[in-house]
Amino acid sequence: MASHSTEEPNRRDFIVILAQSFAGVGAAVALWPFISQMNPDASTQALASIEVDLSPVKAGQAITVSWRGKPVFIRNRTPEEVKAALDVKLSDLKDPIARNEALPDKSPATDLNRTKKDKENWLVLVGICTHLGCIPKGQSMADAKGDYGGWFCPCHGSHYDTAGRIRLGPAPQNLLVPTYEFVSDTMIKIG
Amino acid sequence: MASHESTYRPTSKISKWLDARLPVERMMHGQFVDFPTPRNINYLWTTGGLLTFFLAIQIITGIVLAMHYVPSAADAFNSVEHIRRDVNYGWLIRNIHAVGASFFFLAVYIHIGRGLYYGSYKAPREVLWILGVVIFLLMMATAFMGYSLPWGQMSFWAVTVITNLFSSIDAVIPGLGTRIVQWLWGGFSVSGTTLNRFYALHYLLPFVIAGVVGLHIWALHVVGQNNPTGLDIKQPSDTVPMAPYAVMKDVFALSVFTLLFAWFVFYLPDYLGHADNYIEANPLSTPPHIVPEWYFLPYYAILRAIPDKLLGVIAMFSSILLLIFVPWLDTSRVRSAKYRPVYKWFFWLFIFTVIALGYLGSKPAEGVYVQWARVFTAYYFIHLLVVLPIVGVMETTKPLPRSISESVLGKPAAAPKH
Repeated sequence: MASHSTEEPNRRDFIVILAQSFAGVGAAVALWPFISQMNPDASTQALASIEVDLSPVKAGQAITVSWRGKPVFIRNRTPEEVKAALDVKLSDLKDPIARNEALPDKSPATDLNRTKKDKENWLVLVGICTHLGCIPKGQSMADAKGDYGGWFCPCHGSHYDTAGRIRLGPAPQNLLVPTYEFVSDTMIKIG
Repeated sequence: MASHESTYRPTSKISKWLDARLPVERMMHGQFVDFPTPRNINYLWTTGGLLTFFLAIQIITGIVLAMHYVPSAADAFNSVEHIRRDVNYGWLIRNIHAVGASFFFLAVYIHIGRGLYYGSYKAPREVLWILGVVIFLLMMATAFMGYSLPWGQMSFWAVTVITNLFSSIDAVIPGLGTRIVQWLWGGFSVSGTTLNRFYALHYLLPFVIAGVVGLHIWALHVVGQNNPTGLDIKQPSDTVPMAPYAVMKDVFALSVFTLLFAWFVFYLPDYLGHADNYIEANPLSTPPHIVPEWYFLPYYAILRAIPDKLLGVIAMFSSILLLIFVPWLDTSRVRSAKYRPVYKWFFWLFIFTVIALGYLGSKPAEGVYVQWARVFTAYYFIHLLVVLPIVGVMETTKPLPRSISESVLGKPAAAPKH
């Protein structure tokens, strides 16, 4: 019998390995519900889209609405702000990708790719700094808007331009443009 | 070293009966009464007892607070105010718990600093040291989740910023970081769901800490305590029994420390906190200047010093995890910095660096503050990764005393006559 233990695996070794694998897979399967329960639940997932009336927002003004528990920035940009955003060369951008949920992943971050056609004055963004999730300043008239006239995150000093693109600071990405559409001339539906 | 003749003699009938069945009294007597303690340990060796005391205090006050606290986004903030104003002695128990967290960290930093100065991490105490780092990490997790519970502005945004650290994984595997963050939150942003799970974990983790503290003390009692000379215990005259000598020292230090603690609890309960946390959490507005509690500031400074998101997060976590490797990074054969004339200066430079990082972490992330944070962050890592290995090899150490008793009684070491 002693010679068996050091040589070829025998039937008993096989049964032991099989039993251990079975128990291991079983434990992993049993663990899954306990991990998955922490994911966003059905009631959170079901949070529907919202409609926002833009008519009260004059040029140069901005409003913040809450969507899925997150702030959404809506800014009615002045022609100067739009021009400033259009004039930026793509090579000057820290993040050259549009980050627009309605466009393919690799679209360049031009101002046109961050807005809707013929509605270029309207900029709709998820107002969460892509660094560590603070809400950037720049929505109210009195706020510091940063070196590029868009938004400035006070937490760790990220500067965004008038198209919500990251220009300076630790944030890695442009502010996200959520899926939205104009349901009428002055009404948008986010989500 | 730690094995010694037990002087335990059960006297009463019950003790004798129990001793034959579960010798728990014998064990306690052996480990905490006549356990041999180096005769030269100084007041820095009282921090272990202090920490045990504060763990107990936090658990007791925490259980009481849990009887009155409501972990929901709608009621959490008000329930804390309710505890402070309406609950009998709620103001006292809540202040002890909040200030207690700060003093727990103060004591643990002194404890870690002592270990670094006297080389308490060196063989054979590596496992003891690593268990200490594990306790430290658990303490940080517990404190972080506890800080979220009052659901003030600082609570909310601290949770947002810290959980978002995991989104930096998106830079490696796109989408995975976001998935992890949403898994932690249980939603698309920090919400009452997040608060609820943090509360459950905040209640659980202290008991995990207590378990690891048990292992930490076990490991300590296997290898024996280090001491200011860093020498091993070689003979019985190097030691005194833990009770009454070390115990009395602990009691005196505890009295002084708790006096300071009581001063904060009664007169400055909010001094170590932040005024913004008395504004209820508002998911649509970030306070202009977010800072963590003082005990996290050095790591926060390291995070902000690095302009890249992922690298900043990696630097912050590795600043703590590197401590695990200190027993092997330090190449010196001499434990105590008392006999290491070069290392001693680097040690104090390292302490200064950590304090400077703490100061810089409390300042806005701009201009000269960021520049200095980079300088000190660089030294933090240079100290652990370069200075520790190189100084240990290069340095000429001072002559060591032949034994602990020689260092106490002076030369020549008189052989114990009794």
